[in-house]
Amino acid sequence: MDETTLDAIIARYEAPSGRLLGILGEIQDQEGYIPRETLAMLAEKLDVRLSQLYSLTTFYSYFSLTPVGDHVITVCMGTACHVKGAPGILQALEGMLGIKSDTSEDGKFSITTEDKKFTLEIARCFGACSMAPVLRIDGNLYGYATKEDLPTILAEYGWEP
Amino acid sequence: MKITSADDLEAARQAGLQKLQPGKPRIAVGLATCGIAVGGNKVYERLREIIKRDGLDIVLTKTGCIGYCREEPLVNISIPKKPLVILHKVTEADAEEIIKQVSRGKVPTDKALCRVPSWDHITGCTLEYGKGFTRIPLYAKVPFFQDQQKVILRDTGLINPEDIDEYIAVGGYKAAMKVLTGMDSEAVIKEVEKSGLRGRGGAGFPTGLKWRITRDAKADKKYIICNADEGDPGAYMNRNEMESDPHMLIEGMIIGAYAMGAAEGLIYIRAEYPLAIKRLKLALEQAREYGLLGSNIFGTGFSFDIGIATGAGAFVCGESTALVSSIEGRTGRPHPRPPRLTDVGGGLWGYPTDLNNVETWCNVPVIIINGSDWYAKIGSEGNTGTKVFSLVGKVDRVGLVEVPLGTTLKTIVSDIGNGGANNKKVKAVQTGGPSGGCIPVRMFDTTVDYESLNRVGSIMGSGGIVVMDEDTDMVDIARYFINFATGESCGKCVPCREGLKHALLLLNRIMAKKGTRKDIENLALLSDTIVATSLCGLGQSAPNPVLTTLAYFREEYDALVKP
Repeated sequence: MDETTLDAIIARYEAPSGRLLGILGEIQDQEGYIPRETLAMLAEKLDVRLSQLYSLTTFYSYFSLTPVGDHVITVCMGTACHVKGAPGILQALEGMLGIKSDTSEDGKFSITTEDKKFTLEIARCFGACSMAPVLRIDGNLYGYATKEDLPTILAEYGWEP
Repeated sequence: MKITSADDLEAARQAGLQKLQPGKPRIAVGLATCGIAVGGNKVYERLREIIKRDGLDIVLTKTGCIGYCREEPLVNISIPKKPLVILHKVTEADAEEIIKQVSRGKVPTDKALCRVPSWDHITGCTLEYGKGFTRIPLYAKVPFFQDQQKVILRDTGLINPEDIDEYIAVGGYKAAMKVLTGMDSEAVIKEVEKSGLRGRGGAGFPTGLKWRITRDAKADKKYIICNADEGDPGAYMNRNEMESDPHMLIEGMIIGAYAMGAAEGLIYIRAEYPLAIKRLKLALEQAREYGLLGSNIFGTGFSFDIGIATGAGAFVCGESTALVSSIEGRTGRPHPRPPRLTDVGGGLWGYPTDLNNVETWCNVPVIIINGSDWYAKIGSEGNTGTKVFSLVGKVDRVGLVEVPLGTTLKTIVSDIGNGGANNKKVKAVQTGGPSGGCIPVRMFDTTVDYESLNRVGSIMGSGGIVVMDEDTDMVDIARYFINFATGESCGKCVPCREGLKHALLLLNRIMAKKGTRKDIENLALLSDTIVATSLCGLGQSAPNPVLTTLAYFREEYDALVKP
C-alpha cells in the first residue's frame, strides 16, 4: 500500500475510539492482508510500537499477515453451517483446490494454492445462518451450498478441474 | 433541515408517509444481507430496467427483512386502496409478470405469501393499506407469523432502512422528542426500570438499574456503547435489526444518552457485517442532517453524537472489559471486575460507561412511547417484553422469530418452525451460542426466559436457537463448541486456556473411539473446574455444551468408549 492511500485511511479516523482496529480493518479490506511494510509505516505515522500493531493483527482473526490469492474463498463454520454440513464443504474445496488444512504463521486457517489463484479460509460466523451452509467468495455470499454446486460456483472465478 | 419542534417532526412524518403510500404502486424488494445473497439485488435491477423501459409510474425501493428467511427473496407490493402483498421466492424471471400485473392493479397471486390489509407499527401509527385480494392468505394466518408478536421487528421488511423519513413516518423519533423536551433523567430511568427491560445480550441484567448506576457515577464525562459484535455463531438478529431498522437503535441510544448524561456514544460492530455498517453510517448522517444527533438536539441544548468502532473477529470482545480494550486499540483481554465499566476508572478511557446490546437499545423507544405499563404486560413475570430469536439449523421454517419471553421451546420450534427439515425428527436445540447448552426435545415445555433456560443448564444468550435433528451427533456438537472456545480463548487465565485445550483433546479421543469411561469422567470434572475458576464469562460458560450433552445425551458418549 502506498503512503498516500494509507494517509487517506488514517485521516478518516480522527477520534481515538476504534481508531487502530478501524485503520487495520481498512488495510485488510483493501489489500486482502496486512503487508509488513504497511504495518511498519503505520507504526511510525501513529507513533505506536510495531509490536503493539503486530499483537493486534495476530489477536484478531479478521486480520491476516499472509498474502492471499486472486480470489478468497471463506467457508462459514458457524453452528448452523456446522450441523448442515460445512465440514464436508471445506473438505470438498480442499480436494478441488489440491490443498490441505494448515494454519499460517499467525495461527489462522488460511491456505493459498501454489498458482496464487485461490485462498481458502474459514470464518466463525457470517450471520447468514438462515442460508446454511454458506460460503463467501470475494464478498459474494453463496447460501444453501452443496458439494455438487461447488464446481459451478468456482468456475465463475476461473477454476478449472 | 433541522427538526426543532413537533411541527418539524410532523412535516418529516408526512413526507415519509408520502413515500410509504405514494398514491401509486410501490414495489419494495427485501435487501438485507440474506435477501441479497439469494438474488434480491438481481430482482431489484430487473424490476428497475423494466419500469424504466416502459416508462411506468411505479415507485421501486428497497426494504429490509421481515424475518421469513426461508422464503426470500421477498418483494412487497402496495397498490393504492389494496392490501400490501408480500411475494416470496421471487426470481429475475418473475419480474416481467410482476410489472405486468401491477400495471393492471393486480398482483401475481401464485407468488404471494400473504396480504397485509393494515399494519400496526405500535408507536401510535397504523398504516391502512386496503381491502381485496382475498384469495391471498392474511399475514396473521401464515403459520410462521401467527404465533409471533412483532415489537422490535415492527418496521423491518416494511420500511426503507436507508430513508429516515420512513422511520419517522411510522412513529420514529417521537420518543426521543418526548424525552428531550418533556422528561428529566430520573423520569426516563424510572420508566425503563418499571418496564422490567433486561439486557438482551444474554446476561439479563436490569437495564434501568445499569442506567441509574452509570448516571450516578461522579465524573465529568460518560460514554454509552452499543454492543453490536454479535459473535455467537448461529445468531444474526442484531444484524437484521441494524440492516432493516437502524434508526430504532440510534433513537434508543439518544434517549439513553440523555438519561445518563453522556455526550458521546459508540456502536461497536463486527467488521463481518459490512452492510449493517454501511446502513448505520448512512442513518447516522441522516440523523445529523435532521439535527437529531450533534449539538443542541431539538433545540434543547442537549448534545450527543454516535461514532462507529469496528471489531475484528474476536468472540471474547463480547465481554465488557475486553470490548472496551478493543475500542481503545488493544487486544481484547478481559480484566477482573470490579472496576466495572460503570465505575469511575473502569469504562472507556477510564470514564463511566454504559454498555447495552443492540436489541436492548431497540426496546427503548417503544417503552417510552407506549409506557412501561404497556410493555410490562408483554411476556412473563420478571421477563417482560419480546425477544427476537434466530431459528436456524435443521428446522423446516428457518428465520427470525419474535415472541414474548416465556414462550415455550415447543411453540418456537414445532409451531413456528414446523419441526425438523425434510421430515426428520428434532432431537434437541442449542441456545445461547458457545456459552449455552443443548436442550433435548423431551424438555421442550421449557419456557424461553432467562431463569428457565439457566435451570436446564443453558442460557438465553443473544438469541440463537440452532435446531438439531435425529442425524446430529451430540458429541460432535460438544466438540464443535469446545473447539470454538479453545480458538477464541484470549489466553490470559489458565483454566480457560489450558482447560479447554485438554477438554478438546479428551473429546477428540472419545470421538476417535479411543477413549475410556475414565475420559468421560475426567471431561465432566475438568468442565466443572473450568466453570468454577475461569476469569471471565467466556471460560465460565464455555463447558456448558459439554455439561448439557453429558447430562442429556450421555448414551452417545457411552456408545463411543470401551466399556
